[in-house]
Amino acid sequence: MADISFLLNGETVHLGDVPPTRTLLDWLREDRGLTGTKEGCNEGDCGACTVMITDDGGARALNACILFLPQLHGKAVRTVEGISGPKGALHPVQEAMIAHHGSQCGFCTPGFVVSMATAHLNGRTDHDDQLAGNLCRCTGYAPIIRAAKAAESTPVPDWMRDMPPGTDTISDENCFMPRSSDALAAWYAENPDGTLIAGATDVGLWVTKSLRDLAPVAFLGGVRDLRQTEIDGDTIRFGAALSMAEVLPTLYEHHPSYGELVRRYGSDQVRQAATIGGNIANGSPIGDNPPALIALGATLHLRKSDSRRSMPIEEFFIDYGKQDRTPGEFVEGVSLPKTAPNLRCYKLSKRFDQDISAVCGCFNVTVENDTVRSARIAFGGMAGIPKRASHVEAALIGQPWTESTIDAAVPRFAEDFTPLSDMRASAEYRLATAQNMLRRYFLERCGTATDVLKVAP
Amino acid sequence: MSVAKPLPHDAAPLHVTGAARYVDDIPVPANCLHLAFGTSEVARGRITAMDLSAVRAAPGVVAVLVAEDLPHHNDVSPSPSAEPMLAEGEVFYVGQPVFLVAAISHLSARKAARLAKIDYEELPAILTIEEALDAESRFEEGPRIYCKGDPAAALGAAKNVLEGTIDIGGQEHFYLEGQAALAFPQEGGDMIVHSSSQHPTEIQHKVAEALGRPMNAVRCEVRRMGGGFGGKESQGNALAVSCAVVADLTGRPAKMRYDRDDDMIITGKRHDFRIQYTVGFDDDGRISGVDFLQLCRCGWSMDLSLPVADRAMLHADNAYHLPNVWIESHRLKTNTQSATAFRGFGGPQGMLGMERVMDHIAHHLGRDPLAVRRANYYRPMADASGGDISSQKKGGAAPQTTPYHMEVEDFILHEMTDRLCETSDYAARRAAVADWNAKNPVLKKGIALTPVKFGISFTLTHLNQAGALVHVYQDGSVHMNHGGTEMGQGLFQKVAQVAADRFGIGVDRVKITATDTAKVPNTSATAASSGSDLNGMAVKAACDTIRDRLAEFVAGRHQAKASDVRFADGQVTVGENAMTFEEVISEAYLNRISLSATGFYKTPKIVWDRIKGVGRPFFYFAYGAAVTEVVIDTLTGENRVLRADILHDCGASLNPALDIGQIEGGYVQGAGWLTTEELVWDDRGQLRTHAPSTYKIPACSDRPDVFNVALWDGANREDTIYRSKAVGEPPLMLGISALMALSDAVSSCGPHYPDLHAPATAEEMLAAITRARGL
Repeated sequence: MADISFLLNGETVHLGDVPPTRTLLDWLREDRGLTGTKEGCNEGDCGACTVMITDDGGARALNACILFLPQLHGKAVRTVEGISGPKGALHPVQEAMIAHHGSQCGFCTPGFVVSMATAHLNGRTDHDDQLAGNLCRCTGYAPIIRAAKAAESTPVPDWMRDMPPGTDTISDENCFMPRSSDALAAWYAENPDGTLIAGATDVGLWVTKSLRDLAPVAFLGGVRDLRQTEIDGDTIRFGAALSMAEVLPTLYEHHPSYGELVRRYGSDQVRQAATIGGNIANGSPIGDNPPALIALGATLHLRKSDSRRSMPIEEFFIDYGKQDRTPGEFVEGVSLPKTAPNLRCYKLSKRFDQDISAVCGCFNVTVENDTVRSARIAFGGMAGIPKRASHVEAALIGQPWTESTIDAAVPRFAEDFTPLSDMRASAEYRLATAQNMLRRYFLERCGTATDVLKVAP
Repeated sequence: MSVAKPLPHDAAPLHVTGAARYVDDIPVPANCLHLAFGTSEVARGRITAMDLSAVRAAPGVVAVLVAEDLPHHNDVSPSPSAEPMLAEGEVFYVGQPVFLVAAISHLSARKAARLAKIDYEELPAILTIEEALDAESRFEEGPRIYCKGDPAAALGAAKNVLEGTIDIGGQEHFYLEGQAALAFPQEGGDMIVHSSSQHPTEIQHKVAEALGRPMNAVRCEVRRMGGGFGGKESQGNALAVSCAVVADLTGRPAKMRYDRDDDMIITGKRHDFRIQYTVGFDDDGRISGVDFLQLCRCGWSMDLSLPVADRAMLHADNAYHLPNVWIESHRLKTNTQSATAFRGFGGPQGMLGMERVMDHIAHHLGRDPLAVRRANYYRPMADASGGDISSQKKGGAAPQTTPYHMEVEDFILHEMTDRLCETSDYAARRAAVADWNAKNPVLKKGIALTPVKFGISFTLTHLNQAGALVHVYQDGSVHMNHGGTEMGQGLFQKVAQVAADRFGIGVDRVKITATDTAKVPNTSATAASSGSDLNGMAVKAACDTIRDRLAEFVAGRHQAKASDVRFADGQVTVGENAMTFEEVISEAYLNRISLSATGFYKTPKIVWDRIKGVGRPFFYFAYGAAVTEVVIDTLTGENRVLRADILHDCGASLNPALDIGQIEGGYVQGAGWLTTEELVWDDRGQLRTHAPSTYKIPACSDRPDVFNVALWDGANREDTIYRSKAVGEPPLMLGISALMALSDAVSSCGPHYPDLHAPATAEEMLAAITRARGL
């Protein structure tokens, strides 16, 4: 239980004895009677529950269904009811949605309106990316995009600019919200069975879908020293609690292909919550960061109490569901080289946006004098862990950078991987496309057009 | 005149502010109970033991019910065949409701439902089409067959003969609002049910049966749904009945809504089909004979599968004249979710079978598929779009007939195709695609134009009726009610525009009210695209009854004829005399004129024998055509729609903005069905794609980069409401052009026919590319 306070549509709310994994969505609808925010999927994939959260980092759209009440402490929440002005004046995106016929059944509409209003506040006009996390089954999206464009140049209403109250720590038996990694390290050493919650994009589903009771929990959102990006010489170091949205600009600048991968990681709502440390620490074989980081030769930094250790990131992933992490130990950050001009990341999924990869292949091959000097190739979705294609790498290194070298390397994939069949793809397809990704990488470096997303009508 | 104006959806201001109220948003008293089903974990088996003690002991649980605890009927079937709401000793699919939990909160009900210990004796499950055929597991005694001409002889004599098969996947509705119901017990055993349903009368009927009371004890109200698409035609019965039964037993309100995963695991989806064909044709691709075998996976219960499969047969011709045709349809019973209504209701699958044949013929002959399509179009009918029908009969040739012997009198696709080719620059773009493909080794483009001809009317003829109730109050404001339900399609606004037009007043003077079985009885489901056709006419009839009374009253006062009284622009005029509508109403009230009326409508001209497959099941056809251009990656099969150009026929549109909304949305939903939306069951019959994390409907960026939609400018030749045409379902089938464009792109990869199946996921595309190359 925790005592928290936050702004809700401009009004201060104090809540005592909050169950730490009560979702904002349930609280809004069941306790507060604010039923404009809808439950569409209860897992962060449809955006019907989108709310705007403002803190000292600015305003962002988040999914209320997998947002726990303590995560709001010290912040400002704006629901669809608060997107209209205090006297009922419509927000420009609301007016545009009416004028351009952007709603049909209306159930997804509140979520769209909040996403659009947040993007409008932030001056974002990359509408497809801003709205990738909002599903609509009626309109085909065309009128919604027309509305978003129509509202672009309208002024931001003054009521949209929330002043979050700011916060102190929460510390009680079952719910801890540290302000520093030292405090976190001490707590986790004492509570090694506790659950660390950063963005809750994964842990949220343990609660909403697996119906688990989690306790004790620690929320990482307030640990500022885990939310630093440090660029030192040739190395970038990301703190583990940086959100994917926070690392994205750095990636775009230094590793554009990795940045493009992350643009397609989840949706804006998910990227605003999910952290790079969480995506590594949960050990998923289909997380998109690990293959890219392995291909980059990244180093993972772990901490337990006051002791720290580092390892090549691929060594962290031991087996399915098993990582090289001891109880009470947590991911503190990850370091990666600042430049890797040959890095290319390929994400293959049924849908381009907001879909989990069937195969994620990342290639980092250095060629000098037409000869392969080094090769780091890593895949997600091909094994129980994110894994390097060592046999393929070996078949490339030292060989001339030619199509026949690629042809010779392609069969080696079968030595590196025996993928599974599941609802995302068959084993045969995974293997075939992993092989073809190597061909794509070669062709792309030769200047051949290989990206359907870059083809204009 | 309010009709034909592009007014926004009536509830748009409520949608955008979050004020639009759905079932789960209705305030409930604190003692409201919340329900959840416990469901089967095996695809087929006998329940040998059921220990629900942990469920009953779970925190917050108030009641737990199994089949034997139900007071009356345990049946939620919309068809004559029984469908138990709770399993009766035996289970037939993974996800079938076995018991019902009532608890003090939604979460506590869900948690408790997982605590059951149920033992099953597992029986061999029939999951696939092959298994069902082998086991002769089917609905109806044998296949349904429609036949015209002599297909065997035609195939024997044909210059060219091709055979092929297309597998067509199902589709999850993914209405954003999941299934939901809420029951309030009333005095004397009456029950009020709020349901997210396209069919309030069926809810009323099933609830009454479950409570053992007459229908007059139950009132069902539906203000709006957060999407329906056919998925709320019958699938809401179980929730409404559960709520009513619990409310009746406990005297407390009861609410049930499915969590998304439960919704996808429990409820039915679009039927998946396998269609096999043998077609004979000449060197121009003109078909002389065709034989279709439609194998349809219906799931465990009958639900609406018979009329769905019928409609697939009825659209096996799509837009093409088939002089000799055999259509054989098998309705297979499997241990999976009971497939149900979904926008198009079998029509899309039948139509896709035909479009596949066209594509295959064109590939075989090396011709532009559009030329083959046009060579097979039904004969053009002069003046097919509105106008004087008798003059057409005099001059032109007789209409050709469909495989079910209905004359196609209103065929306008020749003109529509001409126009669309011109506006979309089809010929030049087809050449540009070929050029582009010659230059690009990895990426390939494809383009295709496909037509839609969709039959409008319920094929169960008696359903083509509707009622309305209209009141005019003393102040001149109008209260309008009809049997149609609002699921986002804008029906209420269209019908309000009709009412406003009849009285010559602004649409703001017409109050749109929730569908309510106590106001208009014995309604049909809002389905088969019939909403505005049927309810628009019923409301018109009710308004006209009142208007005629007013006209007579006004005429009497001015010694004029009632037929000379005009209602327009808020005024009622007769000769030189004009009064406001409000003044007339006030006077009429004082003079004891009845200001309330019912209206009724039944569709004329339709006669249908579904066993023989002969008659006129449809009042008319709605038409459309789409050109889609795609790009594919031949290394991975990834693909994307670049551009879509659509020309669609809504007759004389009641509301062009709402109609364009249906067309854009229908196209994207149809393209999604045929590309990214893949349902995957494992070999135990468990649906593995039961959440948006694994089942991928189109997202924002999946819409075409360039998306041009235009309405065909022509009136319905039949006397429909303001000569408009139905628009709910037909545009979905415009999405078939996306699949055919993908087939075109794959065809550029090699000499063989790609045999592309649906959905064309990236994986299926890569397989088709391999087939095209003959590898």
